[in-house]
Amino acid sequence: MGDAPETSKTLRNWMGELRPSDQGDDEETLQLSLGLPGGGGGGGGTGAGLPPAAAWRMLSAREKEMRSAAAAAAAVDTSMLSLGYSAPAFSPRSPGKAKGSPAAATENARLASTNNASQARQRSPNTPVIGWPPVRAFRRNLATSSKASLEHQNGKKADKPEQTTKRAPFVKINMDGIPIGRKIDLNALGSYDELSLSVDKLFRGLLAAQQDPLDAGTKERSQEEVAISGLLDGTGEYTLVYEDYEGDRVLVGDVPWGMFVSSVKRLRVLKTSDLSSSVTNSIRPEEDGN
Amino acid sequence: MGRGGSRAAPAAAAPPWHVLPDEVWEHAFSFLPADSDRGAAAAACRSWLRAERRSRRRLAVANCYAASPQDAVDRFPAVRAVEVKGKPHFADFGLVPPAWGAAAAPWVAAAADGWPLVEEISFKRMVVTDDCLEMIAASFRNFQVLRLVSCEGFSTAGLAAIAAGCRNLRELDLQENEIEDCSIHWLSLFPESFTSLVTLNFSCLEGDVNITVLERLVTRCRNLKTLKLNNAIPLDKLANLLRKAPQIVELGTGRFSADYHPDLFSKLEAAFAGCKSLRRLSGAWDAVPEYLPAFYCVCEGLTSLNLSYATVRGPELIKFISRCKNLQLLWVMDLIEDHGLAVVASSCNKLQELRVFPSAPFDAAEQVSLTERGLVDVSASCPMLESVLYFCRRMTNEALITIAKNRPNFTCFRLCIIEPHTPDYTTHQPLDAGFSAIVESCKGLRRLSVSGLLTDSVFKSIGAHADRLEMLSIAFAGNSDLGLHYILSGCKSLKKLEIRDCPFGDKPLLANAAKLETMRSLWMSTCSLTLGACRQLARKMPRLSVEVMNDPRRGCPLDSLTDESPVETLYVYRTIAGPRSDTPACVQIV
Repeated sequence: MGDAPETSKTLRNWMGELRPSDQGDDEETLQLSLGLPGGGGGGGGTGAGLPPAAAWRMLSAREKEMRSAAAAAAAVDTSMLSLGYSAPAFSPRSPGKAKGSPAAATENARLASTNNASQARQRSPNTPVIGWPPVRAFRRNLATSSKASLEHQNGKKADKPEQTTKRAPFVKINMDGIPIGRKIDLNALGSYDELSLSVDKLFRGLLAAQQDPLDAGTKERSQEEVAISGLLDGTGEYTLVYEDYEGDRVLVGDVPWGMFVSSVKRLRVLKTSDLSSSVTNSIRPEEDGN
Repeated sequence: MGRGGSRAAPAAAAPPWHVLPDEVWEHAFSFLPADSDRGAAAAACRSWLRAERRSRRRLAVANCYAASPQDAVDRFPAVRAVEVKGKPHFADFGLVPPAWGAAAAPWVAAAADGWPLVEEISFKRMVVTDDCLEMIAASFRNFQVLRLVSCEGFSTAGLAAIAAGCRNLRELDLQENEIEDCSIHWLSLFPESFTSLVTLNFSCLEGDVNITVLERLVTRCRNLKTLKLNNAIPLDKLANLLRKAPQIVELGTGRFSADYHPDLFSKLEAAFAGCKSLRRLSGAWDAVPEYLPAFYCVCEGLTSLNLSYATVRGPELIKFISRCKNLQLLWVMDLIEDHGLAVVASSCNKLQELRVFPSAPFDAAEQVSLTERGLVDVSASCPMLESVLYFCRRMTNEALITIAKNRPNFTCFRLCIIEPHTPDYTTHQPLDAGFSAIVESCKGLRRLSVSGLLTDSVFKSIGAHADRLEMLSIAFAGNSDLGLHYILSGCKSLKKLEIRDCPFGDKPLLANAAKLETMRSLWMSTCSLTLGACRQLARKMPRLSVEVMNDPRRGCPLDSLTDESPVETLYVYRTIAGPRSDTPACVQIV
């Protein structure tokens, strides 16, 4: 590493203190990094002192790889998958939520997206971003509850005022055939789609372990795990129902998401075959739980 | 004391302060306002160290893992008020794995043993169990103040222990905690003879509260100044409570929502009219603009208004705020929109702190007309404005430059443009020029959050100009290692640096390793770090704790991973306590 003498000088500068005599190198390096592949790039105003070709030649192969990946990673997608934690489930937001702004799309078009998977993690477009924008969990539901109450305000006069609690606690969720339940944080989710995904993530492993006792206890994610799907429309092996504060069991998916979050007390994943066939036939296709 | 007759040879006389007794120094140190000043004094010589540490009454531990509880108790034996903070700030947004740590129990145990006279305990972002609360109630006979902010792990059973056991309790302040509701009527456990409450804040509590009990409690606590209710209190009950506590200074109304009824309106109006001392108001108001005029009589006196949970919008909201001419603090949702902020700008000239929160943070299609205009107007017309948190969807360099010119007195500037990488929407340039103007103009800036499309050059400005900056938050910004290098090699006063989703790699981290020991902590998630660099950093800097966190679903036996393996999250902090032993499986200390 560090074939060209200029390159090793650059590296050495970074390992030690930046001395005034190194300012020149600093400027060069600055212009190097502003000169994204394709020229111009995000730097805009600051003109690169070196033509892009010369600038790239100064870097070693690995540096180039890192820079392009870094640049690509920085601008390739406005929504990047970054790992976040909402105990206990990892809940990606549904696609389409975080959209690229027109300007960002131009950025993407201008830059060659050399997505070097070994350096920068593979990021698919429109994958939701965890923990962004940086608002606390209980702020997330305000939007949906506010929209619902705005609708009431605008004339769909409800019989009783909307009983929105701002923050639903973790709710218990049990699955048929699995003795141990889980808890799920509804505040970290924003739609029925996400809830369905979370349920899948929570129970997929447990379900596989139940069905094959030999697998129980291994950390290895076995390839035999089957995704739990069709929870909301009656097409899957399991169906999601919930219990509200009055103790009734209700199919998940009928009411707006915000209203659901405020009225749900616990969740159950039942075998679809246990529900009567007339019920499963009459389950409406899942509406946009936005 | 004193020298007694050493007027003879001035050159040979020992400085008089050598023989002053400790009590004199303790008294002198009591005039030092900041802990950092006391710390500096303690470093001067042994006698000052002795005097200072033995007289320290208030202790703030900004990172619970920077020192062990026993260290704290041993060094400062006379502490009466202790505040401990746990998880890093990004825990608020779900970036810290569950069961990461920050247990309060060791601190409570050490305090129970070594500080029996403790009167105040505050925990922030820590895991506080019911056992902790029971221990607090049982261990400190003069316990007065319990403040829990963004904590979790306890239930109403713990609150019951506090209510029953703390005879001298003055403040019970629960801010934004996750509290499990065990349906225990904890409020009833305050004895009938208990009258010392000054602050009662249970706004974050889910679940019901016995209103009769609450009324009796409020009635007999004649010194009650702060009352913040949760969503379980209906509007008419609120009116009753206010009539029983007209001396209230700070009120959280809880859910302020009911169908409009003229009787209820009059009742509320009359109740508020009686609250002549009311200065701070907050609550989760559910879109009932018809009730806002009930507040009109208190508007003039309000200095603080927190409507950040209020989904009310429209002309009534703006009219209400415009009557609050003495506001110093205003927290609102972006439902106020630009034209509302223009009214705020012209009406609330004493404003010092403004926070505007997004009502629909995840819905890009939701059109709320809040743009850079609102912030420009407020910063132009409010000469005392020094702290801003602003969520919006678009910004320009010109606006930021104007804001910087108008308000060089900013101490805290946090701008969050909701869509990552958003450039200046008129010129499509990065927002480097705008943020550079902010740091160049605001010489006293202590806290900064940047967003939008930003290149390395903005970090060059920040590194060079932000001399007083203590906390910096960066997300989706920069284009190379240089960005991080500028920050770490500049920013003389930097204490906390939190970074996510930036293309910063190993080199600047290792090159500036020494800087990290001058800081409280560094957080980097979804950057371009490798495990090898983290290991190297840990080897190079033994007084730093280098924590690496990866996907909790994957097994994380770090020893088997190669140096080239990418690191998802890095959290580095200085510590005198050595590596902690309570990490969960997905967190490793390298």
